[in-house]
Amino acid sequence: MKTLVIAEHNQNNIKAATYIALGAAKQLDQPVDILVAGDQVSELAATLANIEGVNGVLTLEDSALAMPFAETLAPVIASLAEQYSHILMASTSFGKDLAPRVAALCGVNPVSDVTKIVSHDTYQRPIYAGNAIATVQLSSACHILTIRSSAFDPWPSTPAANVADISKLDVALTPSPVQFVSQQLSQSERPELGSAQIVVSGGRGLGSGENFNLVYQLADKLGAAVGASRAAVDAGFIANDLQVGQTGQVVAPNLYLAVGISGAIQHLAGMKDSKVIVAINKDEDAPIFSVADYGLVGDLFEILPELTAKL
Amino acid sequence: MKALVAVKRVIDYNVKVRVKADQSDVDLSNTKMSINPFCEIAVEEAVRLKEAGVINEIVVVSIGDKSCQEQIRAALALGGDRGIQVECATAPSALDVARILANIQQQEQADLLLLGKQAIDSDNNQTGQMLAALLNCPQATCASAVKIEGNQALVTREVDGGLLTVSMPLPAVITTDLRLNEPRFAALPKIMQAKRKPLAVQNLAELGITLTDDVKLLAVNAPAERQGGSKVASVDELIDKLRNEAKVI
Ligand SMILES: Cc1cc2nc3c(=O)[nH]c(=O)nc-3n(C[C@H](O)[C@H](O)[C@H](O)COP(=O)(O)OP(=O)(O)OC[C@H]3O[C@@H](n4cnc5c(N)ncnc54)[C@H](O)[C@@H]3O)c2cc1C
Ligand SMILES: Nc1ncnc2c1ncn2[C@@H]1O[C@H](COP(=O)(O)O)[C@@H](O)[C@H]1O
Repeated sequence: MKTLVIAEHNQNNIKAATYIALGAAKQLDQPVDILVAGDQVSELAATLANIEGVNGVLTLEDSALAMPFAETLAPVIASLAEQYSHILMASTSFGKDLAPRVAALCGVNPVSDVTKIVSHDTYQRPIYAGNAIATVQLSSACHILTIRSSAFDPWPSTPAANVADISKLDVALTPSPVQFVSQQLSQSERPELGSAQIVVSGGRGLGSGENFNLVYQLADKLGAAVGASRAAVDAGFIANDLQVGQTGQVVAPNLYLAVGISGAIQHLAGMKDSKVIVAINKDEDAPIFSVADYGLVGDLFEILPELTAKL
Repeated sequence: MKALVAVKRVIDYNVKVRVKADQSDVDLSNTKMSINPFCEIAVEEAVRLKEAGVINEIVVVSIGDKSCQEQIRAALALGGDRGIQVECATAPSALDVARILANIQQQEQADLLLLGKQAIDSDNNQTGQMLAALLNCPQATCASAVKIEGNQALVTREVDGGLLTVSMPLPAVITTDLRLNEPRFAALPKIMQAKRKPLAVQNLAELGITLTDDVKLLAVNAPAERQGGSKVASVDELIDKLRNEAKVI
């Protein structure tokens, strides 16, 4: 049987998370096709067709897909399910919105946030904010999975000599009942939170949005992405999409610095698989220290400027 | 206009779970149980829409054994009008929950279906999307603002990279994110009143539903423990360790 990976893109580039979903797909050890849908996708399709080991690229091009809403895409993907034993997407906003809708149309249970592929029908995923790991087995004909980015290595995205077949899907789209109104995207020159090697996160301890500059300065010195606790986001110090945790983004960088963050289980769920964790907190009993490889007890308003200056 | 709100009974968010010794599941005996925080936000949103005169009836549904009536009562105390418990002795799969809710929607014909974006036990983030698929209606997941204008819902969604605002005709499924609202505390008189609000019990046979069996839980294990707890005394020591011991900068 074959695996289908649904590509995610911003019209110009394939998202890093898609290469990670491809990395998970590779572990299934069977031919991999990729579906790329959008307004104009021929260049993206050509890029994907060059990835080593890709079997085929399916394209779906329609101006109605400029905003790829689940209401339009899910029926198309569900109609392909007969040909595939596995359909994979990244556990991003896009994938989480789409995959369950596809699964329900196919009449099967999906598995979200897969962190390990045990075999062709058995998967692991964290439950209870990562305090337990469930191993689940599916018996349906088509397994619909979303892949947690922090848990797999990307399939190398460097172009190879491979040129997979590109074929146009010929399907009539059902018009989406959902209309785009507006969007507010965070603009940042910094690395993406989900794929950065180093992440500096700030919490309520920063005290204000202005004080978050201390976090940005340290992040820029380290070439790091910036993250935050829910308390910092709720207080309006920083944008919501930078929340790390059970109900925000899950990250596993080489180095995670938690500054002024207490370490609630919901926050730990989003970062405790980082390779090295540093905690800076003035409360020596803060729970964050129990997961930190290097804890530094003290006032962040003294420590951060010193650290940034000495790096 | 009618709202249908699905609430799930889950472990209280402050409690840290333990895995059972036989690794069959987590141990929930003697554990404090609550309404899933995202479901509480869904109830609160419905109540605010009712207070604003947009909605006139709020129906609260929970699927589970008799104990989930406690969470239905809690939702009624927050402002729900009546409850439905769908009796289900074993934990239903996400597809089953979606099928059951779709069935209830056939009876209720609600305009707005409000669910949490995720249950904090399963951490699935699936049910709302699956329900919308079965009902063939639009979905707006991870909502941080909801406005109803006539027959349209205007919803701001929290997405990777920022916020996306969309509009869609009703009926629609909306799943709630943390910043949609801050749920109120139920006052004692409301808790007393809630005890007298109607709560119907339905069983799967009445709904004509047999549970699916395409997903099997093989094991539940504790995650690998992290060896943390070491401290450094100064910024200089921290930099030295990161450079020369951990080699991450
Ligand atoms: C359903 C649900 C989902 C949730 N999901 C998430 C999630 O995804 N992510 C998340 O992060 N949270 C989440 N939370 C919230 C979580 O429970 C905590 O409330 C939150 O993580 C606390 O953020 P914090 O550590 O920044 O704030 P606090 O707990 O207030 O900690 C602030 C810390 O800063 C330290 N500090 C203060 N001043 C200084 C100083 N000058 N120098 C050094 N240290 C200082 C203090 O000692 C303290 O430890 C969720 C909660 C619920 C109910
Ligand atoms: N047993 C249940 N009873 C009622 N609602 C449920 C149940 N399970 C899930 N839900 C709803 O689906 C939402 C998302 O759950 P999940 O997809 O499991 O993360 C929850 O917040 C509830 O609104």
